[in-house]
Amino acid sequence: MIDKEVTSFDEAVADISSGAVIMISGFGPPGQPIGLIEALIRKNIGDLTIINNNAGAGGEAIKHLFALERVRKVICSFPRALDSTVFDDLYLAGKIELELVPQGTLAERIRAGGAGIAGFFTQTGYGTELANGKESRIIDGKGFILEQPLVADFAIIRAYKSDPHGNLIYRKTGRNFGPVMATAASCTIVEVDEILPLGTLDPEVIITPGIYVDKVVTSQMNPITQGDST
Amino acid sequence: MRLTRDQIASRVALDIPHGSYVNLGIGVPTLVADFLPSDREIILHSENGLLGMGGKAAEGSQDPDLLNAGKIYVTEKPGASYFHHADSFAMMRGGHIDFCVMGAFQVSRNGDLANWRTSASDSIPSVGGAMDLAAGARQVYVVMELFTKKGESKIVENCTYPLTGTGCVDRVYSDYAIFEFSGGEIKVLEIFEPIEIEELATLLNLKLVDSRK
Repeated sequence: MIDKEVTSFDEAVADISSGAVIMISGFGPPGQPIGLIEALIRKNIGDLTIINNNAGAGGEAIKHLFALERVRKVICSFPRALDSTVFDDLYLAGKIELELVPQGTLAERIRAGGAGIAGFFTQTGYGTELANGKESRIIDGKGFILEQPLVADFAIIRAYKSDPHGNLIYRKTGRNFGPVMATAASCTIVEVDEILPLGTLDPEVIITPGIYVDKVVTSQMNPITQGDST
Repeated sequence: MRLTRDQIASRVALDIPHGSYVNLGIGVPTLVADFLPSDREIILHSENGLLGMGGKAAEGSQDPDLLNAGKIYVTEKPGASYFHHADSFAMMRGGHIDFCVMGAFQVSRNGDLANWRTSASDSIPSVGGAMDLAAGARQVYVVMELFTKKGESKIVENCTYPLTGTGCVDRVYSDYAIFEFSGGEIKVLEIFEPIEIEELATLLNLKLVDSRK
């Protein structure tokens, strides 16, 4: 029987090493895989490239990951945060590289990465400074720029419930980047509230089919192992 | 009389027809939601994956998974739906969002929009969904005060701030007047301040077409 459940957050992130490219879901607190981010911090690895809508905003865990200078480069749409200057300080000190991407282009580049699309032309950003260095084309009288797909070594995402096959459902605006990121990483690791027995989730309402998922972990059955991970 | 922020928001709300799908930006645009006529059903889109957004959640009954694009805890209306980010922005880019309302630093005569960053060297460039909305919404309405604190017009021949999109603005709702941008012309639809259109044109240093009813 296929069973993608792992028993702890630390085990879930065990294969992630320095230099990895990691997608992290979340838009504000909803969708943040907090247990997995905290486990990533405990691993004490660095030189990471993080693909996320923000850059250390939306929760203490992800802010901490940036503050500890574990991140070499961030690909995001909105690094400025209302409640934090962690990114601002790193960026202005030249300690972090930023690839700024319009939010919809970010989502679509990830979707393209997961769907085997080699790039796409979009009107978003045409004629702006974010079009610099990109191929542009006039199609039916409108300006478009060529955007490249995004893929990652790992996606760490948050969903609501799964089954042992990794079929996922999400909850409200916690869905955000999870479904596209799950498709675009070599290894997708999911933090859920609950892992239900096979056959319990209605196949008609699955948002992310288990084919995209490698590992699932729940905080419910496994209390966070903070402090005893040695 | 010049309009207040609330009055500008309420004036925009009057022009959103029944059945529209609408995205409201952060700041004054958000206020538009408070003035949508109650006899019209208008569906609000939040870029982080929600159609059918309701008002702000009451203190104590906030759902931790129900946030809007401005990072405010909100509610869902009957008939609401949730979707992922690629779908949410396909709705914009694909021309399914009827109206978006945004703020701006500058709008140019040909409808270029500058609203995502200043040129200050210590500013943190953050674009979010502004470029996607500018490029994709069927109608882009800007709400802003017509002049900066220094008295400079925010409607200009050419934007000096970095662009968000080109030729994308359809209307500007300001404290002085409503302007429509089409074919390189600026039409004046309505004037609130007791001021002659010629004088307004002089203040903006731009040619204005009188399209008042």
